[in-house]
Amino acid sequence: MAAFIAGRVLYALGVVFGVSVAVFFLVRIGGDPSALFLPPETSVAEIARFRTLMGFDRPLLVQYWDFITDALQGDFGRSLRYQQPAMQLVLERVPATLELSGAALLLSLVIAVPLAILGAVHRGSIFDRLGLLVSLFGQSFPAFWLAIMLILLFSEVWPVLPPSGRGGLRNLVLPATALAAYSTAIITRLLRSSLIEVLSSDYVRTARGKGLSETAIVYGHALRNAAIPTLTVIGLQVGALLGGAVITEEIFAYPGIGRLAIQSITNRDFTVVQAFVVLTAVLIVSINLTLDLVYAALDPRLRRRH
Amino acid sequence: MSALAFLRRFCRSWIAATGLAVVVLVVFVAVFAPYLMPFNPDAQDIILRLRPPGSNFGEGVHLLGTDALGRDVLSRLMISARVSLLIGFASVVVSGAIGVTLGLVMGYDDRWLGRGLMALTDIQLAVPFLVLALAVVAVLGPSLINLIMVLGVTNWVQYARVVRAESLVLKNREFVHAARALGASTIRILWRHLLPNVMSSVIVISSLQVAKMILLESSLSFLGLGVPASIPTWGVMIADGRNYVANAWWVAATPGIAIFLTVIGINLVGDRLRDLLDPKLRQVET
Repeated sequence: MAAFIAGRVLYALGVVFGVSVAVFFLVRIGGDPSALFLPPETSVAEIARFRTLMGFDRPLLVQYWDFITDALQGDFGRSLRYQQPAMQLVLERVPATLELSGAALLLSLVIAVPLAILGAVHRGSIFDRLGLLVSLFGQSFPAFWLAIMLILLFSEVWPVLPPSGRGGLRNLVLPATALAAYSTAIITRLLRSSLIEVLSSDYVRTARGKGLSETAIVYGHALRNAAIPTLTVIGLQVGALLGGAVITEEIFAYPGIGRLAIQSITNRDFTVVQAFVVLTAVLIVSINLTLDLVYAALDPRLRRRH
Repeated sequence: MSALAFLRRFCRSWIAATGLAVVVLVVFVAVFAPYLMPFNPDAQDIILRLRPPGSNFGEGVHLLGTDALGRDVLSRLMISARVSLLIGFASVVVSGAIGVTLGLVMGYDDRWLGRGLMALTDIQLAVPFLVLALAVVAVLGPSLINLIMVLGVTNWVQYARVVRAESLVLKNREFVHAARALGASTIRILWRHLLPNVMSSVIVISSLQVAKMILLESSLSFLGLGVPASIPTWGVMIADGRNYVANAWWVAATPGIAIFLTVIGINLVGDRLRDLLDPKLRQVET
């Protein structure tokens, strides 16, 4: 088990290193952003001085070496626009995004889990049809359009909820609903099909043969076994939620890391984009690593497979 | 099975048949948009701005109203279908070509090359897609070709993972051993023996990916980083109508409904294709 854990941790570190390389070179495809940060009348000599000051005139590999050695010490450079440490800017906004993504994930689970269980246990029933409808619709709505329509309905036509900003629970309802639509669809669909598969397996038939109640079978056996693939997907949904938060936060003027990411990308604020991407990668990789280790602890066959 | 027999089997599910009908209708409108549009989609008339659906001003009825520049929303919806579908299909071709090639190589060679490429898929999955696409488009600039390439290059992972899983099994089958024993090169084995056997999965993933690409294109265009604002797409239309949603809901609502119907149609077709061509993919995808 120790070798397995060491292997997975090393692999996860490798993935984060790969992400750092990718984002570093990606944001520099179009050259350095000196022109964007200096007034149009700036002389060539002044541009050259700015480039030297920012280190843009050095070879890319040297720049990357400086970036990665500083980043390992927690220094992602200063934001070119805000003149503050880039990682600090991102970290200040993390609680807001975690609040939004957490609320969306919770909402998804509250809707998806009962729908999937009812759908799988009572196949063809009204609950099953409702679950299928939710999963089909949730995957087909453009999230940003849903967000605009929610603002129209609940802030304009029937003004009961605020259309923007961060504050109490009321500010969270509309953005979390818009963000939860896709995840709800995916989780309902997957948990339902996993449960159906488990409910038709031999050990469930044996349990039925032994006279166990349907409730004991579903909650004691089926749900536990269907939870493994569902947990994997919930892990993947964290990435999707963080990605979705980018556009949802923009529409609801919600002060999270997604909104900061869009502003930094359009302003070509390299350092903030790098800090954002590396931080989200660390988060996503850590969640997947934790899930991998939990599965391996639960199911020894997985250790051998890796 | 002939194409007609397959179509008959496909349409045995009325839900899938409805999805197919929606897709055919959208493709028809996109292809024949210049002949079907009631007005010139670019003709502006500031006096007729933000008129509600059904307005008639002598030249004809604006069935879905007009936008902030007085342009006919229905005509713009029709012409936008062209760009949205073109981007959806073209980007799937790009992502499919990359994903299938890498998936075949990863499955056939599961030593350092395959493992290295597998790590590449994990790197890609660790970055939220939208951020990746936004960053690339922001650097390269919004254009039709850039958008197709960005969507293609950032969405190959699902192909690669499914094709890899299938190739891992296929490469140990007798026909592959036989081909190798007869001296076939690796490229020939991948191209002539493995590829045809993974095509049904590829077709199913492609159909579902088109829907995803249409959604992604509209998101990027909405943020102003998709196609240039002068090219009408459904995402651009929603962005245009966003500021007027309180008093002219139809400008932003109708393109959203068009996206929703198209995507739901494609998803229904994709689901049915999966059930018919490759039921086991349901498990592989999870």
